[in-house]
Formats: sequence, C-alpha cells, structure tokens
Amino acid sequence: MSATGRRESVVVAAEQLRYACVLDWSMKLGLVVLAAGFLAYVSGILPAQVPLADLPRLWGLPAADYLRVTGMSGGWSWLAMLGTGDALSLAGLALLAGASVPCLLALLPAFAARRDWAYFSIALLLAGVLVLAASGLPGWHG
Amino acid sequence: MRDNQSIPRLLLHRGAVLFAVTCPALAWAAGAPDAGTAWWVWPLALFLVCFVLGVIAVPAGIGGGVLFVPIVSGFFPFHLDFVRGAGLLVALASALAAGPVLLRTGLADLRLALPLALVAAVGAIAGALIGLALPVSWVQTALGVTILCIVALMWRSKTSEFPEVSGPDPLAAALRINGIFHDRTLGRDVAWRVHRTPLALLLFAGIGMLAGLFGLGAGWANVPVLNLVMGAPLRVSAGTSGFVLSLVDSSAAWVYINKGALLAMIAAPSVIGMMLGAFIGARLLAVIRASAIRTLVIILLLLAGLRALAKGMGWWA
Repeated sequence: MSATGRRESVVVAAEQLRYACVLDWSMKLGLVVLAAGFLAYVSGILPAQVPLADLPRLWGLPAADYLRVTGMSGGWSWLAMLGTGDALSLAGLALLAGASVPCLLALLPAFAARRDWAYFSIALLLAGVLVLAASGLPGWHG
Repeated sequence: MRDNQSIPRLLLHRGAVLFAVTCPALAWAAGAPDAGTAWWVWPLALFLVCFVLGVIAVPAGIGGGVLFVPIVSGFFPFHLDFVRGAGLLVALASALAAGPVLLRTGLADLRLALPLALVAAVGAIAGALIGLALPVSWVQTALGVTILCIVALMWRSKTSEFPEVSGPDPLAAALRINGIFHDRTLGRDVAWRVHRTPLALLLFAGIGMLAGLFGLGAGWANVPVLNLVMGAPLRVSAGTSGFVLSLVDSSAAWVYINKGALLAMIAAPSVIGMMLGAFIGARLLAVIRASAIRTLVIILLLLAGLRALAKGMGWWA
C-alpha cells in the first residue's frame, strides 16, 4: 500500500488524504440534512416547534429567555423532536459540528500502523475534546 | 476572452458590489420598525450576505465568522447569543467546505494543524462558556474593541510569502512538522519547516478562547501566528488556518448548541450561503494573491467594529 498520494506534483501524506475523504463525505452529509431540514422547515412540509411568524419577536431575546418563553430545553432535547423542521435543521448543524470526529478517528489506524504514537495521541485527545464538548458536560450545572 | 486571473477578480468585484449594495439596505432595515417586515426577509438577506462573505473569507485566510458576527450583530435584529452561535457554525461551515480541497492540495497540513488545534479547541470551550455567562453589553463592547484591534493587526502587520526559518525548534523536529506544497502562481514546489512551536501553542490557546467567546472563528489570528511566529509560508498558513478552524469552532459550537444559543432560522441560511460561497473561495485561493482582497476585508471590519462598539456602549441602539 502506498504511504502517500501525489497531487499536482506534491506528495501528500496518505492519512491527510484519508482525512480529506472522510471530511468530504461527513461535511456533505451534514449539508444535505441541513438543506433538506431547512427546506422542509420554511416550506411548511414539516411542522415547526416555534411558529415561523413568531420568530421575529423571539430572535431578539437572549438564548436562556428564548428557551424559557418557548418552553424548550437545551442540550440534546432536539433529538426527540426530529419530526419538526427546526429540529431537523438543527440535526444538520449538529452533523456539521460533529463532522471532524470521524475524520480524526479515521487517522488512528494510519498513525498506529506507523507507530507514530505522538500524533495518535494528539488525534485521539482532539476527538475526545470534541466528544466532551458535544456531551454538554462543560458548563453543566445539574 | 478572459484569462484565468481575471475571472476570479471579476467574481470578487461583483461580490463586493453585491455586498456594498446589501449592507446599507440592511442598515436601513435594521433601524426601521419591525411591523412591516415579513419573517422571511431577514433569513433571505442573511443568505445573500453570507454567500458573499464565503467567497471572500477563504482567500483572505479568515473563517467567515470574524466578518459574520460584527456585521450581523450590527445590522440584523438578532440577539448576540444567536449571532455568536451562528457565527461559529458559519466559520465552521466555511472551513469544512474548504477543508478537503486544502488538504488534498497540501495547502493545509495535518501535522502542523493537529497540535495547534488541540490546545485551541480547549481554549474555545472555555471562551464559549465565559461568553454565554457575561452580560451582552460587555460582550458587544469587547467584540467592538476586539474587531478594531483585528483591523489594526491586519493593517499594520506584515506577512511574508516565504519566511526564513533557519532550523526547526526541538518540538517541531520531534513532531516532524514540515512539508512541500505546489505554488501555482510560481509554478514550482516549495519546501517549508517551522520554528517557535511552544510559543505558537500558547498563542493558539488564547486564540481559541477568543474564538469561543465571540463566535468569531479565528483565521485573523491563526494566519499571523502560523506565518510570522512559526514561519510557515503564507499560503500554507492560510490553508492550515482554515483547517484548524474546522476543529476549534466545532468544540465551541457544541457549547452554543447545548445552551440553546443556536436558532436554525438564523444559522441555516447563514451556513448554506457561506458554504456555497466557500466552495468558490477555496478555488480562488490557488489562483489569486492572498493579499488581493485584504483591503476590502479591512474596510468591512472597520465599519462593523465601530458599529459593534457603538451598540455595546449604547451610542447607537
């Protein structure tokens, strides 16, 4: 197996090309879900958690007040409401925010095979930081 | 018949004209009573503005968020919490869209980016938590000051296409941070290496915190640190900066998502517009000089920074 790929006469590391490939797919998946969700949201194909006409009087509120007024909760609560257009759009945004995690994990076998433990650790730690942020634990007050 | 150089310039020119026409209209609309404005006007305006921002952000070596947050918080009727959340997603989307191209062409380097992204991502989470806990007028004022500092930094700081690096520092040598990229404007391969890696790691932790605090992205600071402090070539700095943003902004974006500071109606049209623009912007990076759109970006940031400062201080509600 080739350790590198050749692009425009420049040798690009195989793991970098692998990262680019996974990122390409995960980014496009997020974009498709986002675009489909948003289209369904604004066209009325899917119902909205918050009526579209109410948004202009709500989007000027702080996030905490918005949640309180609309009766919504933060965290991953949107996951239970994927049948609504705004939650499906949010799922697309969450996919984009999480797009780098599979890319980082895809690097691990390549780094391990080359016994590049420094970069194996860095990639693993970075993936861990992203998963920790996604978990909602930072800033959680019970 | 137009040559390869004039087509990107024509696109940039038309984008700048569209932006120049759109912003005064938004400024007027932002000051107008809400009663007569349909809900869809603002998302549509967001989409158009973000498309133009996406085209110019990548060649400028910035993530889009640094333009998005001050402009949208200044001229649109949304709360700063949602604007910062959307700003992070916008910067993230721009970076994600450009990432595969930048990585495949060697303009972004994985070995250079990953250690810096790790410390910056931790800083970004801390910054996002602090930003959502502070009063909005403080954040708005600090945002205005920060944007004006960025303008001064971009105006005064020199960049170097190919900085002189006498030798790698021990950490860069141990991590084997070096590479070769193909410069299409010069028509040759360029080998590069870096130095002062420990200092850069410290600076990236601070940059990450600012990115999370203001939802700005951080290309404005990434590029000078990569180029002037570490000595990476300007094109590698701009490309790697975009890639680092894709990781740093992800971590801060999750904080905003979990705190409910992300409205689909604001973030979705912004992200879609920015990503479509960034697909074009990433291709422009290889064929135009990175400094070509610098003046346009500086003027936009100056206006937006003054507006943010005036809003935060209560001089211009």
